[in-house]
Formats: sequence, structure tokens, C-alpha cells
Amino acid sequence: MKMIEPNNKRLMAALLPLMLLGALNLTHAWQDAKSGYEFMTPESRAMQDDDFENPGMLTVDEGQTLFITTAKNEMTCGSCHGDDGSKLDIERITQYPVYSETLKKPITLRNQIHICWNERLQNPPMKKYNDPRAIALETFVRHQAHGKPVNVDIDGPLKPYYEAGKAFYNRRAGQLDMACTHCHSYFPGSKLRAQTLSQGHSNGFPTYRLANSKVNGLHERFRQCQHQFRAKALKAGSDDYVNLELYINAIGKGLEIETPAVRY
Amino acid sequence: MNMRRRFIRLSMLTALLLVCGSAVLAEEKPAPEPYYEWKVEGFAINAPIGGLVGNPENGRKIAVARKKGNCIACHVMPILEEEFNGNVGPPLTGVASRLKEGRIRLSIVDEKQINPMTVMPGYYRDPRHFNQVRKSFKGKTVLTAQEIEDVVAYLMTLK
Repeated sequence: MKMIEPNNKRLMAALLPLMLLGALNLTHAWQDAKSGYEFMTPESRAMQDDDFENPGMLTVDEGQTLFITTAKNEMTCGSCHGDDGSKLDIERITQYPVYSETLKKPITLRNQIHICWNERLQNPPMKKYNDPRAIALETFVRHQAHGKPVNVDIDGPLKPYYEAGKAFYNRRAGQLDMACTHCHSYFPGSKLRAQTLSQGHSNGFPTYRLANSKVNGLHERFRQCQHQFRAKALKAGSDDYVNLELYINAIGKGLEIETPAVRY
Repeated sequence: MNMRRRFIRLSMLTALLLVCGSAVLAEEKPAPEPYYEWKVEGFAINAPIGGLVGNPENGRKIAVARKKGNCIACHVMPILEEEFNGNVGPPLTGVASRLKEGRIRLSIVDEKQINPMTVMPGYYRDPRHFNQVRKSFKGKTVLTAQEIEDVVAYLMTLK
């Protein structure tokens, strides 16, 4: 109680602007964004850097196979995008999630893959957003933009969705009552048992996780995080997660795409 | 005659099974512990939750157990058999010589009472106030009142 005695009022008045600044800082975009790569051990980095060692490359190959698999209407992804993906719009890949004029909402790269799958290839729809085939295709496609900076644009129609994503990032949830910000804004570099916390960027996704030995999409990772702090995980592809993906891409804008990265 | 005797024997057996079965079921589901209210006074919760007495040895186990306190996920503690201690929170080695018991209890029960932006989970908050909580944890505190007191008792040994 000593802190708020009258003789300390001046001190409090001096501290208040600082505290407010701290509160604002809660929702900053990184001035010095660091890829999760920089928080990994040298061994894991070496694993990622070597295409023959990186287990995520197997999923890229799976994606490549699906990319040139002929649908009933005689089309493949390669019919439009080139069999090796060389006609893909690389600049566009770095911009996802983008605003869809037809759907009047943001869509992720994975959404776009589902749309092509259903409308262009006229395949039977994949029921789940995180169908392994969709993950494989996304991994292959985003791998084509390897080394290019994340370049999401939030100044246009995506602004309100970005704001919603930011609110979600800072909203506590679950029995442990944590938000993304608590680990990834406050404590990157600190240890959680043996695991080093990162800034939680999305530039490596879909990413190979050593923890579950498979390639995980971003929304699968959101679900794992939320499950861990004992929150009810939302559905992959849900509006909240799409908004969160948008926000996370925005705070990590400029980081080089590393798909498929190797992470803990 | 034979049929009738067999029927009686069978029904007696069934009755016995039913009684035993319900006894086992009753044992599996203990009545949920009541949620005890607590009061913050001068940056501390001075009264033990529910007036319970803590067991330091049990508290040490809870501090390590992933599905209980999992304190070492974030805090360095003098528990040498554990290889990895986190460092998100302050070290707890010697915590009892720095903080009073009531202050330690408050930090475990609900640190947000004094630091609203903390990452430290409230291990004994009113469970009605959680957002988007997983089904299996609905209506429950992270630790029981007894477990809170056990951990407090253990931390008080770290002088």
C-alpha cells in the first residue's frame, strides 16, 4: 500500500506515461522481426538448410505430385500454373491472406487451393480445411516463394480484419488464461522448459515440427497452442484464425519465406 | 425345481453385481471440491485457502508435474533431478527469504490481482471467469485448494 501514499503521487505521475507506453507496446509490429530460425539450435538450422535433410521436403514432393495429378476434367494445377509451378504468381503468394472481391472477406493461400480444387479441377471437395492434401499443396506452392519477403497488405480492405486479428492475438483464453502476446511479444528468447520461445512468426509455414514429426499448417499450430493453454481450439479455417493469420503475417512483414521450415 | 433355484441364484448374483458396481462408480467420482472464496489484503492472501494445511513434499511433486503446477516450465527451482527449467518467470530459489507467505499465495492464486498483464496463470481463480475454456477444464480451478496450500508450503521451505 506504500506505493500510493501521497508523497509517492509525483512518482506515480511520472511513471504513468511510461506505463501507458508499455500498454501500447503490447500490440506493436516488430521493428526488428526475427524469424523462428534464429531461435533454433544450430543442428535444427542445418537440418532446415539441407534439402536432403529437411523432412519437410518430402511434403513438398507430395504437393508436387498432387499438383500434376489429372482430375476427371483432364485438368491439373499445372495446366494453369506450369507443371513445375513456374507460372505461379510468386508475388501473389507472398501477399496472402488477400481480400477476395467475390467472397467479400480475406482468403488464405490454403483457401485459394481449395477454391481451385473445387472450381477449376472440379474434384470432390476436401471436407476439411486442413486435409493433408491441401497442406501438401500449400507447402509445395509456398515453397516456390522461398526467400521472398512476406508482403501482406493491410492498408486496403483488409484493415478491419487485421484489427480483429490483433484483438484475438491479445485476448486471453483457456483455463491458463493466456494470449499469444504473452509468450511471443513479451518473452521471445526465454525458455519454456527446454523449448525456446520465438516471436511466433508465420514465414516458415507450413513448417516441419520436430515435436510431432510432420508438416503443420499455421492453423494447426494455432490449435496446438490453444490446446496447450487449455482453451477450446477453434476450427482450422475459422474466421478468427484467418484474421490471426493476417495479423501475424503483418507483424512479420519483410521476413523471408522459409517454407518448409524446421521448428520445434 | 431346478430351474427355479437357478433363477433365484442368478438374480441374487445380479443384485450383488449391481451393488458392487455402483459402489465402484461412486468411488470413481468424488464429490467436486467447493470453490473457496479468498481475499486480497495489502498485496497478500494471508489466510490459507479453505483453512487447509499444506504438505511441502506433495507441493514439490506438484511443482514438477506437467499436468499440475508445472512451475519449472517457467521458473528456475532447486529441483536438481529435473534437467530443464524455464526462465520466463523469476527464479524461485530462495523465494521464502524474499517474500512473505501471503504474498507467495497471492502470486499463485491470481497474480493478475497485482499485475494485470502478467503471463502467470491464476491457479485458483473463480472458474466462472474463463474465456473459451476447453470442455474438460470447465468449472475447475487449475489446482485444488489443497494443492495450492501444498505448493505454498513447499515454496516456504525455499529459504
